[in-house]
Amino acid sequence: MPLIEARDLRRDFVVHRRRGRLRRERDVVTAVSDVSFTVEPGEMVGYIGPNGAGKSTTIKMLTGILVPTSGHLRVAGVDPSRRRTDLARRMGVVFGQRTGLWWDLPLRDSFDLLARINDLPAARYAENLERFTSLLDLTALLDTPVRQLSLGQRMRGDITAALLHDPDVLYLDEPTIGLDVVSKARLRSFLRELNRERGTTLVLTTHDLGDIEALCDRVMVVDHGSLAFDGRLNDLRAHAGATRTLVVDLAEPGPAVEVEGAQVVRVEGPRQWLSFPADASAAPLVAALAARYPVADLSLQEPDIEQVISRLYSTARPG
Amino acid sequence: MPGLRLHLAVAVRSFRRWSTYRAATLSGIFTNSVFGVINAFVLLAVWRANPGAGGYDATDAVTYVWLGQSMIMTIMLWGGGAPSDLAERIRTGDVALDLYRPVGLLSWYLAADAGRAVFHLLTRGVAPTVVGALLFDLRYPDGPLTVLAFALSVALALLVSFAVRMLVAVAGFWVLDSQGLTMTANLLAIFFSGITLPLVLFPGWLGEVAMVLPWASYLQVPADVWLGQRTGGALVGGLALQVGWAVLLLGATALVLRAAERKVVVQGG
Amino acid sequence: MADVLAPARPRPAAVLRHARTYLRLAAAWVRSSYSYRLSFWLMVLSSFAVNAIEFLAVVFIFANVPDLGGFSLREVAFLYGTTGVPMALANLLVGSVEDLGRSIRTGTLDQMLVRPVPLLVQVCSDRFALRRVGRLGQAVAVLVWAGLFVDWSPAAVLLTLVALLAGTAIFFGIFVGFAAIQFWTADAAEVANAFTYGGSSLTQYPLTIYPRELVAGLTFLVPVAFVNWYPALLVLDRPEASGYPGWLGLASPVVAALVLALAGLVWRLGVRHYRSTGS
Repeated sequence: MPLIEARDLRRDFVVHRRRGRLRRERDVVTAVSDVSFTVEPGEMVGYIGPNGAGKSTTIKMLTGILVPTSGHLRVAGVDPSRRRTDLARRMGVVFGQRTGLWWDLPLRDSFDLLARINDLPAARYAENLERFTSLLDLTALLDTPVRQLSLGQRMRGDITAALLHDPDVLYLDEPTIGLDVVSKARLRSFLRELNRERGTTLVLTTHDLGDIEALCDRVMVVDHGSLAFDGRLNDLRAHAGATRTLVVDLAEPGPAVEVEGAQVVRVEGPRQWLSFPADASAAPLVAALAARYPVADLSLQEPDIEQVISRLYSTARPG
Repeated sequence: MPGLRLHLAVAVRSFRRWSTYRAATLSGIFTNSVFGVINAFVLLAVWRANPGAGGYDATDAVTYVWLGQSMIMTIMLWGGGAPSDLAERIRTGDVALDLYRPVGLLSWYLAADAGRAVFHLLTRGVAPTVVGALLFDLRYPDGPLTVLAFALSVALALLVSFAVRMLVAVAGFWVLDSQGLTMTANLLAIFFSGITLPLVLFPGWLGEVAMVLPWASYLQVPADVWLGQRTGGALVGGLALQVGWAVLLLGATALVLRAAERKVVVQGG
Repeated sequence: MADVLAPARPRPAAVLRHARTYLRLAAAWVRSSYSYRLSFWLMVLSSFAVNAIEFLAVVFIFANVPDLGGFSLREVAFLYGTTGVPMALANLLVGSVEDLGRSIRTGTLDQMLVRPVPLLVQVCSDRFALRRVGRLGQAVAVLVWAGLFVDWSPAAVLLTLVALLAGTAIFFGIFVGFAAIQFWTADAAEVANAFTYGGSSLTQYPLTIYPRELVAGLTFLVPVAFVNWYPALLVLDRPEASGYPGWLGLASPVVAALVLALAGLVWRLGVRHYRSTGS
C-alpha cells in the first residue's frame, strides 16, 4: 500500500486585491492544481519547483495543516485533514526557515516538551535522544538556548525534534537553506543513513539541486501548481530534452565535423563541441567520429540539473 | 540646518513604521474606548455621591477619563516606544553601531519617539476622544489660548515620559537584567500619573506629593490645562513644573548616556 | 469537513488526558522560567503590585464618598474579589491564548498543528506564565478581607465557591472565544482585552453604577454579570439591587456552560478558517 496517495489534489486561495482606495477585488488563485502522485514506504522523493509553485501548500496539505479544496488524499491510509493528530504521531515535519524548537529554552527542554507532547515512553526517548544527538553532533549543545544556536545547529536540532518519535515519514521543507557546505554534506549523509537503516520515507522540498542529486532517486517537479515531471532523476534529463556534449580534440584545426545524430555547437581551433540527446548512447557517435576524423582526445559532459530544470520550466509553461 | 532635516526624517520614518500596524491601531482604539466607558461610569458614580470631589464637577471627571485614554499611547504610559528599541539594541550589543553615528543618541531617539507620538496622538489620541464626545458630555477648552497651552503641555508630557523611559533603557548598560527597574518604573507611572484614579482624589498629603512628582506631568497637568482648572499663575506653575522635570530628567539622561558611551568605548561593549 | 464543526464530545477520559498533557507542558515552562529565580519573583511581585494599585484606587475613592452605587467599601471589595479570583485563575490557565496572533505570524501555529495534541491545549500552555499567580494572590487577599465582613451561612459558602468556579469558566470562554478573532486578523489581539480585562474591570464595581442597557448587555450578551454580580447579591443578601430576579444568582453554572460551548464553536470556526487559508 502506498504511504502517500494523492489524486487530483487541489487548493485554491481567495485573495483580495486593493483596487484604488476603497474597492477590493476578489480573486481565486490556484496554488495546487489537480496534482496526482503516490509515494511508497521507504522512498526518498524530492519535490522541487520555483518560488510560489505550490510546494509549501502541498506539504501543508500532506501534513494536515491545510484542508484541500478538492481531490483525494490519503497518508498512511488516513485523510490528513481529518485525522491530523493521529497522523502527527507517524510523521515528522521540519520547516527549514522556521524552527519548531522553543526559542528561549535550552535545546534539551525543547526535546523534553516534544517527548511529552508525543507521549514517548521514557526509555525510548532517552535512547533516541542519545542516538540522534550523537549522530548529529548536538550533545555538547543540549543546555544552550535555541536562540544562541547557529543556523546549522538549529537545523540539526529541528531534525532531531522531528525524529524523536520514530516517524514513518519525514517532511523536510528547505532543510539546507542557508547552511554552509560542510553542514549540508553532513546533513545529507545523515538523512541517507536514516533512510537506509530505518526505512524512513523522506519527502523534501528544496531549491538546492545538490540535495536532490545527493538524496533522491525520484523527483517531482511542480510548476504553476501542476506536476511538470514525476520520475527518476536520470529520466528527468531525457524528459526535459536535455543534451549531453561530446568534446572532441582533433589532430589539427579544421571545419566543423559532420556525423549522424549530433550537432556541432562550437568550434575553437582543433577543439569542437558536439551536442546530442541525453538519452542517446555516446558509443556509436564516438565510433563514427574516429572512423572519419583524426581524433586526438575525447571527453563527455553530462547535462547539469540546473539546466535540465530550467529547460523543463520553459517548456512546461502553458500558452 | 542638516541636523534638523535628519531628525525630521527619523521622525517621519518612525511615524510610518507605526502606521503600518492598521488592525492593531483599530483594535487598540476599540479597547481604549471600552475602558473609557467603564472608567467614566465609575467616576460618574463617585461624583454623584460627592458632586464636588477634588474640585472637579462630574463633566470634568468624565472629560479627564477620556483625556487619560487618549494619552496612554501618546506618551507610552506603560513603557515602550523608541527607548524600548534602544534597550533592545543595548541588550544585543547593536548599540555600538549607534555610538559611531555622528548624531547624538538622545536626539536621535527623541526624534523617533516624537514621530511615534504624533502617530499615536492622531489615531489613538483623537479617536477615543471622539468616541467619548459622542457618548458623554465633555468639557472643551474655553479658548484658543487654552488649546495652545494644552498642546504645549502634551508636548512637555511627552518629553518627561521620554526622559524617564530613556533613563530606564540606558540603565541596561550597567544592569544585565533591567526587568526589576522597568517594572518599578511602570508601577510608578501607572499609580502616580493619575491614569488609575485622578490625582485630585488622592487623600491628604499623598495627593499633594503626587501633584509635584514627575508623573503628574504625564496626565494630570495636561488634563487640568484642558479643563480650565489651571489658569493664570496656576497655568504657568503647571507648565513650569513640566519644564522643570523635562530639563532635569533630559539632562540626567544626557549625562548617563555620556557615561555609557565612555564605558562602551573603554570596555568595547 | 463536517467533523470539524461537530460539537465537542466531552469524553471524560479524553478531557482528563488533555488536562494531564496541559499540566506537563505547563510544568516544563515553569521549570524553565524558575531557573531565573530573581527575575521570576520580581515578575510575581509586579503582577501582585499592579493589581494592588488598582484596589488602592478603590480604597482612595471611598476616602471621597461614603458609598458607590449604594454599596459600601466592604461590599465593593467582595465584588472585586469575586471577579478578581476567577479572572486571575482564567488568566493563569489560558492567558497565553492572547498570543495566538504571534504564533500565527511566526509560524509556530503550523508547528503546533503537526503535533498530536489538540491545538487549544498547546496554545493555552505555550509560554505558561506562573508569574500570574501574583494577580491571583492579590485577588485572594482582597476576597479574604472582604469575606471577614460577610454573614456566612453554609449556603452562602457553597454559592460563593460555585460562583468562583463558574466565573473562572466564563472568563476562560471569553479569553478563548475572543482570542479566536486572531485567526481572522492576527494583529487584532487588543480587541479581546476589552472583553477579558474590561469584563473583569466592569464587574469590580456594583453594576448599579451603569446604565440599564449596559447591565442588560453584561447579562445577555457578554454575560460577565454572572461571574460575580448576581451570585454576590445573594451572598450579600441584597437580591433586589439588580432589578432582575434574584434567582439569576444561581444560574452562573448554566451560563458558564453556554459560554464554554460558544467559545468552543468560535475556536473551531477559527481553526477551520485558518486551515482553509493557511495564513
